[in-house]
Amino acid sequence: MATIQSIAGENEQHPDVALVERVRTGDVSAYDTLVRKYDRQIFRIAQHITQNREDAEDVMQDAFLKAYEKIDQFQGNSKFYTWLVRIAVNESLMRLRKRRTGKMVSIDEDIETEEGSVPRDLADWAPDPEQNYSQTELAEILRKTIQGLPQGFRIVFVLRDVEGLSTEETAETLGLSVPAVKSRLLRARLQLRERLSRYFRRKRVPKEMGVDK
Amino acid sequence: MTCTEFLALLDDLIDDSVTPEMRAELQQHLKGCEHCEVTLSTTRKTIEIYRSHEIYDLPPSLRERLHAAIMARCKKGC
Ligand SMILES: [Zn+2]
Repeated sequence: MATIQSIAGENEQHPDVALVERVRTGDVSAYDTLVRKYDRQIFRIAQHITQNREDAEDVMQDAFLKAYEKIDQFQGNSKFYTWLVRIAVNESLMRLRKRRTGKMVSIDEDIETEEGSVPRDLADWAPDPEQNYSQTELAEILRKTIQGLPQGFRIVFVLRDVEGLSTEETAETLGLSVPAVKSRLLRARLQLRERLSRYFRRKRVPKEMGVDK
Repeated sequence: MTCTEFLALLDDLIDDSVTPEMRAELQQHLKGCEHCEVTLSTTRKTIEIYRSHEIYDLPPSLRERLHAAIMARCKKGC
């Protein structure tokens, strides 16, 4: 059996590393554990990029199969999760390219926009504004709003803020520089905020109307 | 500090990666600027809402189906 030498020193080992080692020795049940651990995230990322349910299903399958095939190439110096996310992002982009045949799809497209660079809608939001909507309505609002973001902003926001990757990991995953990730993240956050304001702003109640009879 | 300067540091403030000195300066600006105050609180809320709401659910039946397909292929040695 391969020896696992901790080159990093005394650092505690991420539990995924042991699972990956077991997969390498042919233990399929260890892979089962990894799939169950990350399938929701991978499916979500694929949905955010492809914006299509069937594509996301295919991407999820393909990404996990590809990761299994390439498990020997996985280097312990990055997290298994980030490595997996990178595979899923690439699979998603490939799927998009197939769908929009001929049209180049990259995370750099549609990036020229000044929208949201300067906040315009400065109305404050109601306290807990999401409670004015049902779960279904809210999910629809959130989906519609994020789908309207340029692809290159959306992916950065999803990886960084929704999936919790660090700025450096996001940069590495997308092949972008750290400053590029930072600038996209700021604009993504501001644009989402601006768009959500429509739904979440505090409703002004004219004084003479009172609040409630 | 101007609003533009504040905005340039908004992410660092939200992600808690500012020095104590910088944080003090930002707080100082916030005290006198309602616009930036609102921008900060609603941007924070935006992130929190997206983090805490699942908008692309993976239903259990679909999950099991995909899972079975993946494992079947892996067992064959892909
Ligand atoms: Zn200001």
